[in-house]
This record gives sequence, C-alpha cells and structure tokens, in this order.
Amino acid sequence: MLVFEKSRPGRGISALPKCDVEVYTLADEDMREAELHLPEMAEVDLSRHYTELAKKAHGVNDGFYPLGSCTMKYNPKVNEKAASFDEFTQIHPLQPEHTVQGCLQVLKESEELLAEITGMSDFTLQPAAGAHGEFTGLLLIKAYHLANGDTQRTKIIVPDSAHGTNPASAVMAGMTVINVDSTPDGLVDVDKLREVCEGNNEIAGLMLTNPNTAGLFDPNIKEITDIIHECGGQCYYDGANLNAIMGWARPGDMGFDCVHLNLHKTFSTPHGGGGPGAGPVGCKAHLAKFMPGVKVTGEEGSLKLTKAEESLGEMKNFYGNFLVVVKALTYIKMLGKEGIPEASKNAVLNANYMMNKLSAKYDIAFSPKVCMHEFVMDIARQAKETGVTAMDIAKGLLDNNIHPPTMYFPLTVHEALMAEPCETESKETLDEAIKVFLDLNDLAYSDPEALHAAPVKTPVTRLDEVGAARHPVLRYEFE
Amino acid sequence: MGTFVPNTKEQQQEMLKEIGFEKLDDLFAHIPDAVKFQGELNIPEGMSEMEVTKAMKKIASKNVVFDSVFRGAGAYKHYIPAIVNTVVSNETLQTAYTPYQAEISQGILQSIFEYQTMICDLTGMDVSNASVYDGGTAAGEAVAACRGRKSNKAIVSACIQPSALKVIETYCFGNEMELVIAPEKDGVTDIEALKELMTDDTACVLIQHPNYYGNLEKAKEIGEIAHSVKNCRYIMSVNPITLAIMKTPGEYGADFAIGEGQPLGMAPAFGGPYLGFMASIDSMKRNLPGRIVGQTVDHNGKTGYVLTLQAREQHIRREKASSNICSNQALCALTVGVYLSAMGNEGLKNVATQCYSKAHYMAQKFAEIGLEVPETEFFHEFVTKSDKSSEAILKALEDKGILGGLALDDSRILWCCTEMNSKADIDEVIAIVKEV
Repeated sequence: MLVFEKSRPGRGISALPKCDVEVYTLADEDMREAELHLPEMAEVDLSRHYTELAKKAHGVNDGFYPLGSCTMKYNPKVNEKAASFDEFTQIHPLQPEHTVQGCLQVLKESEELLAEITGMSDFTLQPAAGAHGEFTGLLLIKAYHLANGDTQRTKIIVPDSAHGTNPASAVMAGMTVINVDSTPDGLVDVDKLREVCEGNNEIAGLMLTNPNTAGLFDPNIKEITDIIHECGGQCYYDGANLNAIMGWARPGDMGFDCVHLNLHKTFSTPHGGGGPGAGPVGCKAHLAKFMPGVKVTGEEGSLKLTKAEESLGEMKNFYGNFLVVVKALTYIKMLGKEGIPEASKNAVLNANYMMNKLSAKYDIAFSPKVCMHEFVMDIARQAKETGVTAMDIAKGLLDNNIHPPTMYFPLTVHEALMAEPCETESKETLDEAIKVFLDLNDLAYSDPEALHAAPVKTPVTRLDEVGAARHPVLRYEFE
Repeated sequence: MGTFVPNTKEQQQEMLKEIGFEKLDDLFAHIPDAVKFQGELNIPEGMSEMEVTKAMKKIASKNVVFDSVFRGAGAYKHYIPAIVNTVVSNETLQTAYTPYQAEISQGILQSIFEYQTMICDLTGMDVSNASVYDGGTAAGEAVAACRGRKSNKAIVSACIQPSALKVIETYCFGNEMELVIAPEKDGVTDIEALKELMTDDTACVLIQHPNYYGNLEKAKEIGEIAHSVKNCRYIMSVNPITLAIMKTPGEYGADFAIGEGQPLGMAPAFGGPYLGFMASIDSMKRNLPGRIVGQTVDHNGKTGYVLTLQAREQHIRREKASSNICSNQALCALTVGVYLSAMGNEGLKNVATQCYSKAHYMAQKFAEIGLEVPETEFFHEFVTKSDKSSEAILKALEDKGILGGLALDDSRILWCCTEMNSKADIDEVIAIVKEV
C-alpha cells in the first residue's frame, strides 16, 4: 500500500512550534492554487510504513551480494558513526574558512590518500558518482587538448567490454566514440588498437578499466597506454574495478593520466539503493591545472580553499558528496597501509575460489587460469541445452536469498552472469552460495520450468516490464 | 590494522590450496613486473575502531558549529524530524543496490515511486525522475535535455545560484551548447534584455524563482517569452519549501521544474550529499535523464514497481543515451519522502509560512535600523545594503556565535530565515548589527 493510501486528514506529527512573529501573507497572484496532496500520517504509521518497505528490500546485511562490477562489500558501521558527527553534518558549505578547518582536513587527507593508492598527483572530490567522475575526467582531457590547440582531438576509444556509462559520458563531453573489439581472450586487441591510433591526430584518448569487466588484468596494459600516448592521446582509467589491485598495481604506473574512483564500491560507503555515491577524480601533474572545484592547500589548522589556475569549472555545487568522503576516509584510515592491500588480496582470493568451484558446472567466459576480483559465467550452454537463461538462474538465486550477479554484462558475453564476491565474505558464505549455484544448474536440467517460474518466495514474482514501459504509470493519481 | 575480512589466515590457506595455489601473492603473479607496485603504500598504518573514531572526532572538532544560522545561498538549515534519520539509517535501505532486481527491491522502488509522486504534486508537473546529484547538476542536465536538432542555445538568468550557473557552463563546455546569460536588473532577470536575446535556435530559458537574491521573478511573463519561440522550453529552478504556499512551476507554465532538494530533510553537511529534483510535463518525459520508476503488475497480477523508460539510459543506449547518469541519490530521495510524509500538508505550509514571515520580520527590523532592504517581493532570503562594512557586521555576529548572511560585497549581505530562527535570535542579530 502506498503512503498516500494510508494518509488520513488531520493526522500529523508535532514538529514545529507556533510562529513567534507576525504572520505575513504572500500576494494573491503569487499564491499556490493547486491543492497539496502530501501524506498526513502519525509518526507510528510512518515508522511502520518504512519498516515494511525495508522488509521488501535486500541490503548487504540481508545476505550475499555478488553483484559484478558493483563491489557490494560490507559497509562498516564506524563509517556511519563518523559521518553522523554534528561537527560534520551541521556545517554550512559557505562558512568562513577558519570555521571549517576539520572539513578541509577531511578533503585534503582524502585527496592525498587516494593519490597515493592510484599513483596520481592530484585529486578532486567534487564528482558525485562514477559516471559523473567519467564526465569530469573526459573534460580534463578535452581541456588539455584545447589548451594545446588540438581542437580536432575529439575521438575517444572505448573497448566493447566497457561500462555503458563510458560511451554516454564521452558524448556528454562532445566526443565521438570509436569502439575497439576485444581479442577472443577478452583483452584489448593491441594490433587493432595500433591500427586505429597510428598517426591519427584526432584521437583524444582511451577509456579503460583494468582489470576489465571480465575480471581479467590486461598484461599488455603498458603497451596499450604507450600506443595512445604516442599518437598524442590521453588515457582514462575507469576505477570501477580498483578493488582488485589496491597495493598491487596503480593506474598511474600503468600509464593512465587520469582516473575516477567509486568510493561507494572500493572504499566501502553504502550504495543507498542507488546513491549517494562519490566519484573522485585523480590526475597526473600535467592535467592538474584544469581540475574542477576546489583544492585544499596550506598546513593543518590554516587550510585554505584555492582554485586550479585554468580550472574547467564546477561539476556540481560545493565540494562533492562530503559525508560520503568522510565515510571513505574513516575506512582508509582504519585499514591503513597493510589493510588496503589485504582487502584486494582477499577479494581476489574469494573470486578465484568461487570461480574454481563453479567451473565444475558452469563455463567461465574466456576460461582464465586466474581472475582478479570478479569473473563471468557464460550460461549459453545451459540455455541451448535446457532453455534456462542467465535471467532464470538469477531469478532462482532470489529464492535462495542471494542477490544475483550482474546479468547480461559485459556485452561481449551473451548469457553473462558476472560475479564479484568481495573480500568481506567468509568461506562459509561462499560455500553455501556455491552449493546453491550448482544446485540451480542441476535444476535447469531436471526441471527447467521451475526456473522459468522463479522467483516464487519474493514479495512479487517477475514483473511486466514491457507493459510498464508501454503504458507508463509514473506517479500515484489522486482522486 | 583494522580489517573487515572474515576469513582467518588458516581459511585463506585452505582455500588457496583447494584451488591449486601456494600463497596469496601467486594470484597476482600474472601482473607484469613493469606495472606491479613495489614496496609499501606510503599511507599511515591502520587502526582499531576506537582509534579511528577518536581520530575522526578530533578532525571534526576543528569545525565550528553555529547554533544560530542566517545563511542560505543554496544550503538551508531546516528542522529535520527525528523519524527521518531513523528511517534513512535502516541498514537494509542504506546498503541496498540500485533496484535492478525488482522482485527483491520493491521497498526501494516503492519509496522512489512515492518520491516521484510528491515531487510532481509539489511542482505541478506530470513526471518526475528518481533524482539527480544536486540542484546544480539538475540545472546542467535540464539544459542538455532541451537541446534540439535546430536549437542549440541556452539562455540562463544571471540571477540563479552562481555555482549552478558554473555547473551549466561546465555541461555546455562538454556538449558544446551555446550559453547566453540574461542579465540582472534591480535584483531580478532583465525582461527587456531577455526578449532581445531570444532567437529561433533558443532551446531553453532557465530562471530561478525565488532567485539567488531571494527575489520573486516575473515567472509568468518569462514563461511567455520563452514560449514565443517554437520548441523553446521553459525551465524553472525552485526551492521546494516555497511550493507549499507559492505558485507552482506548473501554474507558471514551465516545461521543467528542477531544484535543490536539500531543504527537504537533509542536513547542510558541508555541501552534500544533497539531491537534485527534476520533473517535466508529460511530453518531455523521454528527455529526462536518470532513473524513473513505474508501476506495473507481476505474473499473478499483483501490483509492483520497476525501473522503466530505460530506453533513455546509458546501460541500454550507450552513446545514444539522454545522459550518462547511472546512480541517482536514492537514499536522499527516501529522505525527501520521509520528510514530506512527516510534515504533511499543514506541516510544510507551516514551514513555508514561518520562513516567509520571519524573513519579512527581519527585513522590516533591518529597515528600522537604517539598512536598505529590497522593494521587490522576496521569499525567505533578501539582500541588505548598508554603509557598515559587511565584514564588520559578520565578524560582530560571529563573535557572538551567530553565522550571519553571506557577504555579496562590502556593502551587501544575502540573509536567510527559516523556521529555525526564533524571534529572539532575530532580535539579537538586529541589536548586534545596530551597534556595528
């Protein structure tokens, strides 16, 4: 039942005191004419309404969440505690500098730690999400080429395995996308890349994630970034998969010029049902003067906000999703120099353990000997033999209280299930999930109909998405 | 060091052995030496939960929390009912992913559907998306959404929040739309100048109402000017609190209503996370960026909710998408939903009326002690002009623990009142400013 259907006129909460000054009234011509239809609820009804909604959702606290490329690791509660301090939440973004030294220290320390982890020289915390970070990084590349007088550099190379946000961000940055196919091993086709780039002065750069979306670390990465640099392009690192390599390899050392990170993936801040996240962007020194937003300079206690000399502007209001940054900083401080690589090590161990066990019955895309933090199962064989698809397996997992892997991604694998277990899951959890996966495979052969019908234990069964798009009902209609 | 890895060292060894490896480092052996990181990261050693709590508290304590705040300019301090934080701290709602798996995400989807309904109701629009990052990015996205094959020019009022204008500039730097600023005159958009700027290739006119200075724009008239050009869209950026009592963008004839959602239950939090709301008339719904939730039925005919109209979005359309937006600000949309449900019709009208009344009371008191106050209609923000230096006024207030308005220059200050400012607080400010 919707909150509007529970509303009763006359109910409410006692939030505010009476107005203690004379009540002023707007001129008639400025006054709202339409009736308002906000819910009128007693606090107890609100409490139960949202508890009911929470029961119909699945958080990391509810069960295993091996959602590939999304890094659904456990979200430590101490992060939330730090972000709830009044001295962070009650600070106006336009207070005088000397009254926000703590906030500025959070920004400065976070910038420095992320720069060290990625091998970059500068960071901006302004971008609000991964896609927003991609847009920022591409604008940095654009500003760089324009400053060099290279107005013709408008083509950006994106491999076919890339996240959908990559090409969409490129278009927002005024660039055209050149897709480069992968090799049969799922890696960048270096020869094809060279063909596209050699002597091509229209190349703005390359967008790449390494390890890629199939969970494979591209061993040719240095050669790839060299090819781009030789033709005058810049290399952009999509940090969605950084959780695989922290302390083991750095985008800066691979030859990337700028990166975005997802604090809500790698650095343990919660996803919130789809945001708020944070997508800080780092860059090497030659791009630093174009950075958007503010830069914190000076010493502890007398920190100052400054602007980059040829700043490309503002990506959003103020300084980014500040409280998300506070959470990530708490996490990095707690893990420290030993804990950060340890997290990656165990993320990779858990993924390899799971891949190895599942390969008994599932085909692993590109059959790697070792994967990084994630791997892709290819359900094509089962689909052909039983009619059970990646979607059906995913829906079967729902009945077993497991959030399914990412479905139908990367696009290079047609019946893909992309699993990323994360370092914060125990062997027991993995073993239990592995058993469920293997049982579902058997069920595909013994009773495919059962999987076509799944899920049956969830609050609703499969929903009519086609109908929803064809006859959109996008709001409640009041009588 | 701190860790959140549950597997014991023994288990790690056991797992490695089972899959044919000796040590953990072997899993990284295929990374070429040339790019393998050598040595240790140059970051401090890790710490326990108790130590990190203390360390973060120490940093936080370097900030000054003002109890009495008269500063707005894009971030507003309103009363947030206790139920709001209780609900949004719910571990499931806080840690869930984007609701792609609709069957186990009905709670998140329904909360967004309710949010969309409330935003439509407040703004008088037909369709709302599931939110974007903040008011600034909502402005940038809205301008981009209006671009047409033959219309590449955006006209934006000089009276909008300066940082939002900067964000629009950034979006236009990216997509190469032409950006033209309609100048300010007497604290509002110069209507005559705007008329002059209108050309056949104008894609949109964007104003903020009340504007950055708190003043009410001639919103109806500007809408008519915008619509005098075929296919030109009218975008109104509004403060959602005002809509409880003020004419809606729908009533002014806007095609898009956007704005900063922070006043609806979010703390100022040094600038974020906030939420940008975006709503449009029905015919523009396929130009909206980001997530939209729709109602449908399951196989048994039971009502349910799904992400819909996804043919606009990046994960389906890639380079042909209307925007690259992937995540919205779902938890902030939930915050808005709880806040508005807690306040209800009367509660929100009360907030709006108190904001309006207190600002007018304060302006009147300022006028009585000789400061110049606006003659135009304003809502809960207004600009004073005075011979006393802004710096001196704000310093005197800060010495008494009060965050005064925002200095626009050395003679003008932008003030803001909300329901949080009591008559006694306002009188105290007046007394202090009088002595400067």
